[in-house]
Amino acid sequence: MIPEFEKFKGFSAKRLPKEEGLSPGHRGCQGCGEVLALRMVMKALGKDVIVCSATGCMEIITSPYPQSAWNVPWIHVAFENAAAVASGVESALKVLKRKGKLPKKHVDVIAVGGDGATGDIGLQWISGAFERGHDMVYVCLDNEAYMNTGVQRSGCTPYGAMTTTSPPGKKSIGQVTWKKNIPQIMVAHNIPYVATASPAYYLDLMNKVKKAALVKGPAYVHIYSPCPTGWGSRGDKSIEYARLAVETKVFPLYEVIEGNYIISRKITKPKPVSDYLKGQRRFRHLTEENIDYIQKRVDEEYEKILKLSEIN
Amino acid sequence: MAKRVGVEVSIAIAEAVKLAQAEIIAAYPITPQTHIVEHLSEIVADGELDAEFIPVESEHAALSTCCGSVAAGARTYTATSSQGLMLMSEVLYVASGMRLPIVMTVANRALSAPISIWNDHQDIMSQRDCGWIQTFAENGQEAVDLTIHAFKVAEDKKVSLPMIVNIDGFTLSHVIEPIELPDQEDVDRYLPPFRPKYRLDPKRPISMGPVGIPEVYTESRMAHDQAIKNAKRWIIKAWDEFEEIFGRRYNPIEQYMAEDAEILLVTMGSISETAMTAVDKMRDDGKKVGLLRIRLWRPFPSIEFRKAAKGAKALAVVDRTLPPGAASGPVASELRNVFYKVPGAPKTFGFIAGLGGRDVTVERFEEIVDKAEFYSKKRPKELYEVIGVREK
Repeated sequence: MIPEFEKFKGFSAKRLPKEEGLSPGHRGCQGCGEVLALRMVMKALGKDVIVCSATGCMEIITSPYPQSAWNVPWIHVAFENAAAVASGVESALKVLKRKGKLPKKHVDVIAVGGDGATGDIGLQWISGAFERGHDMVYVCLDNEAYMNTGVQRSGCTPYGAMTTTSPPGKKSIGQVTWKKNIPQIMVAHNIPYVATASPAYYLDLMNKVKKAALVKGPAYVHIYSPCPTGWGSRGDKSIEYARLAVETKVFPLYEVIEGNYIISRKITKPKPVSDYLKGQRRFRHLTEENIDYIQKRVDEEYEKILKLSEIN
Repeated sequence: MAKRVGVEVSIAIAEAVKLAQAEIIAAYPITPQTHIVEHLSEIVADGELDAEFIPVESEHAALSTCCGSVAAGARTYTATSSQGLMLMSEVLYVASGMRLPIVMTVANRALSAPISIWNDHQDIMSQRDCGWIQTFAENGQEAVDLTIHAFKVAEDKKVSLPMIVNIDGFTLSHVIEPIELPDQEDVDRYLPPFRPKYRLDPKRPISMGPVGIPEVYTESRMAHDQAIKNAKRWIIKAWDEFEEIFGRRYNPIEQYMAEDAEILLVTMGSISETAMTAVDKMRDDGKKVGLLRIRLWRPFPSIEFRKAAKGAKALAVVDRTLPPGAASGPVASELRNVFYKVPGAPKTFGFIAGLGGRDVTVERFEEIVDKAEFYSKKRPKELYEVIGVREK
């Protein structure tokens, strides 16, 4: 067990921090599930934090000079390297504290990236940072495509989804590959803490982010982030889709603490995946046969996680 | 009193970084830079330097890590070569645009393909416009001195720009030379602690690296250009102070037998030492030949060049890169611009030599001077010529 977790009682709806690391007035789309999740992340982390952002929606909407939505120190260098930038920040704090140039007070170092920055172009930088054991949290805000550049497919785009580079056609279903399992790749780095989270379960999300910050060494939180613009869903349905993704087993919520899987929300009476798929324009073209396949595969993938949690 | 010791230049550079009390070293191995960072990792492992040595997984990550550490307020160093510099390229531009004072040694090496580990200047010339201050060392002593100088200039609040010290791969990095390593006390007197104007601090939150909308982008680039041009003054001032403390003098352009010269060779890096030998020989033969060695490549010392080349008939410029399809090599192009329509300006002739480890010998310099002399009477057909090509 992680000793740092013992003192942490968890957030509650009555005891939510008042501080906002991220201000309103940014340029996010209406109904953006990603910025909502990011706000929760920042609320969980408080003031003593340094944020390193990857290029992407969250970076663009929060920092059009001379404006900035950030109430905490924030740095953006490039697309793929937020984890390396965070490595540098973390190491600098370490050496400057050791030399007495900074007070000993703990400051959390956070890297934030989208699914492209995390699972595709930036995977190596995260892998390097995790392998070196920097005391940092990497937060992936997964909206399942390159939304900032106009909805192109990524390795995290779900099977069958329509994007501008995975268009369904006479010879294609849309995205032809199954979603890359980034949290499992992170688990393979033997880091002390990995979790998946959803803005529909905001207390669970904030608790996981806080635990990720408390743990010594690298931690990873993968957050499902609905994108009405990219998914062709209604802006007022983002939280509903986030919840449906969990209830249909499409996006299982779990923690991996020192290698042990713990399911955060066991889905005993799952809703059919069709409930989740309908109403999203990106899945509109799918046939019943396609949906049956997705249902089968979703069930299989969920079983895998369940089995892993039973090993404990 | 500083001791003069026989030491490999790479080791001496590592010792200079130690003397500068760098706090973060993030690097990835690439030949011929490796000995520098190997020695630094030893120094840190032995506790001789209180620093974090971060063995990153690529050069891109090396420079990205440096961006983070310097933004958080730590004195930061890295080193690379060739393909590594190319992999860093994206972050080179970001680091200078964000005004992050990182110091880097580039052990200059050729670029692929074909793959070559040997020395020329293709790597750094491909990153000519990356917005870093760039100096060139000719020998081991200069490599040490310019490294210490680089921290002073880069971190100066009036400058706040990253800085590259170029050293020739192998011909400089791997040779053993007699080098005077300065005393720690003197370096401490010369180099103040790093106190950045802005840093990532939860007590005073700032945003670094924001989006530059069209309304601000042009002005931001102009500010960068102005900053590096203004930096020349502080670069020279830091050399003045260096001379006061250490007794060695450096200038944006170093002159050798240049005053009354009719033909001036123009070189950069370690071949300048061979060029001096060649000038001596040609002077003995009665030729009025001199040499201008470029110490400061960025910002380019245009005014200093106009002064230094006054009265000369021709400049024989040696470029150590062959940019395919270009009008001429980068140094020759630069100098043609500097002297364009300047009354009484010397004619500029471009020569390309010493690619991928090919030696540039005294005889080659003589050949270059002879050609420049000939071309100043009879205009050449091409804007540049490659020297030392095999006949078979």
